[in-house]
Amino acid sequence: MSEYALELSNLSRHFYLKNGAFKEPTLLKAVDGISLRIRPGETLGLVGESGCGKSTLAKMILGLLEPTNGDVLINDKARGSSSRLSMSRQLQPIFQDPYSSLNPRKTIEQIIRLPLQLHKIGDAKSQQKAVKDISDLVGLPERLLKNYPGQLSGGQRQRVAIARALILKPSILVCDEPTSALDVSVQAQILNLLMDLKKELGLTYLFISHNLGVVEHLVDRVAVMYRGKIVEQGTREQIFQNAQHPYTQALLSSVLTPEPALGLPEVLDSSTWDKAS
Amino acid sequence: MSDSTSTVSTAPSANTFLPVVPEWRRMMNRFLGHRGLLMGSIILGLIVVLAILAPWLAPHDPYLQNISQRMIPPVWHEKGSWEHIFGTDKLGRDYLSRLLYGARISLTIGLSAALISGLIGTTLGVLAGYFGGRVDAVISYIITTRLAMPVVLVALAMSALVGGSLQMVIILLGLLLWDRFAVVARSTTQQLRDAEFIASAKVLGASTTYILVRELLPNILSALIVVMTLEMAHAILLEATLSFLGLGVQPPMPSWGLMISEGKAYMFFKTWVIAIPGIALMVLVLAINLVGDGLRDMNAPEGRN
Ligand SMILES: Nc1ncnc2c1ncn2[C@@H]1O[C@H](COP(=O)(O)OP(=O)(O)O)[C@@H](O)[C@H]1O
Ligand SMILES: [Mg+2]
Repeated sequence: MSEYALELSNLSRHFYLKNGAFKEPTLLKAVDGISLRIRPGETLGLVGESGCGKSTLAKMILGLLEPTNGDVLINDKARGSSSRLSMSRQLQPIFQDPYSSLNPRKTIEQIIRLPLQLHKIGDAKSQQKAVKDISDLVGLPERLLKNYPGQLSGGQRQRVAIARALILKPSILVCDEPTSALDVSVQAQILNLLMDLKKELGLTYLFISHNLGVVEHLVDRVAVMYRGKIVEQGTREQIFQNAQHPYTQALLSSVLTPEPALGLPEVLDSSTWDKAS
Repeated sequence: MSDSTSTVSTAPSANTFLPVVPEWRRMMNRFLGHRGLLMGSIILGLIVVLAILAPWLAPHDPYLQNISQRMIPPVWHEKGSWEHIFGTDKLGRDYLSRLLYGARISLTIGLSAALISGLIGTTLGVLAGYFGGRVDAVISYIITTRLAMPVVLVALAMSALVGGSLQMVIILLGLLLWDRFAVVARSTTQQLRDAEFIASAKVLGASTTYILVRELLPNILSALIVVMTLEMAHAILLEATLSFLGLGVQPPMPSWGLMISEGKAYMFFKTWVIAIPGIALMVLVLAINLVGDGLRDMNAPEGRN
């Protein structure tokens, strides 16, 4: 067994933002030298406000975006060293928006079955059986398999996305805000499902969220991201009971404020931290 | 938000009771509810059936000349007869028979030209929209160049150069009318290329061809079919124009444009020689446009669900 399921070393991604035809483009360091390690079976929560680079990081891990710098290691092997096909058997994504993550022109069965077809696993019959089994596992009623995504609710769609991610039996899931597009009542169901699956299948999670509250009950460790950098990481207890960094404290207090609508308090000025650290 | 996790409940997935109306039923209802689409489809369907059955329906051979039967007026004229319901032309050929066979030519040209241009335009547009960057820059340049060319003029010049025939007209129009396909395919592809279902297929290791053909194309097809109807009508009119000017389908083929052209010498005294093919052309183009508009309405997002 590999020492780390997922290892990021000094990973960066820069974007050049165009400012019209005659001005110099500005450099945006969406992800700026991030190193992270996740042990097999561990759940790491990656938390930070919107726009801090979480999805960019996830895309690089998934091979959807080339890093400007640094490496992604999956089960101790560099992402680029083997094909997408073999990487995708080890690592699968769950995306944020279950309305755009399922092809509207395919039936649920076709969607869940696609990974098996692309990987040429089994014959038609065994594939159909696998689809039924995995649908059972994620709590998706069998009668929905012949339907199109447009006929399903948000929660059901996210179950379909989870089934599709799991059918190749990967060991790692990268969940990029898997519940933030869902109704609050449905969020809890999906989070529970993800936790049950983790126990049952021994999965490793990178669980991305902009909300510390969402990850509190799920994760073993937390990494806090701000403007492309990890500003603090530690075990769940360390972060939730003894946060050191002012940004983490601000995130926590926004979670703990009685009025969630108040959002982040305006104490955020990274220049003071940079001097301090 | 924060207490959504502290009150985690193990509620079963009871949210499974959305009314499940079969897709085809919904489509059927909307189809029947759209008057223009219904009418257009009926007329177009009728013309297609008439064209297919032309050999059995036509009372005479459309090419058979009979000098003693020249310029017989249609049946509703006092001098008309049931022998030639729509009369005869200047060479004594039965007008109804020629009209029926002419429908075949119009439809063949419309469909083939639209298919060729659809293939060219969709390929260019999808590639430009999906890959972006330099590919997009080059293809956009090609599209702009094509848009800068006046279609009728180029078609006239080209057919004057290579000579008119049915195949020539099809190829020529196919090579000229792809711009709208390209523009529509490009913009719809741009909207979809970052969709998460595409990303998911990429992560799974699907080839680019698979992603473009099996994941993306079905989602832009409805928009392309609308363009297809427009370009069909466009091609049919252009063929009539070319044939009218003597640069398209050549005599003695019974193209509607050619029929109008051959009748133009008589148009002040024997109006029907150009009225009959003219009205046929108008009805066909109108029907196709009604179908196109209707399909567009049916695919419009506000009509969804
Ligand atoms: N393809 C891109 N081109 C330019 N800027 C981008 C691109 N993708 C993301 N960004 C920018 O990078 C930053 C981080 O985005 P993202 O990773 O989506 O944040 P998060 O997921 O944490 O909300 C944002 O400022 C965003 O505008
Ligand atoms: Mg994001």
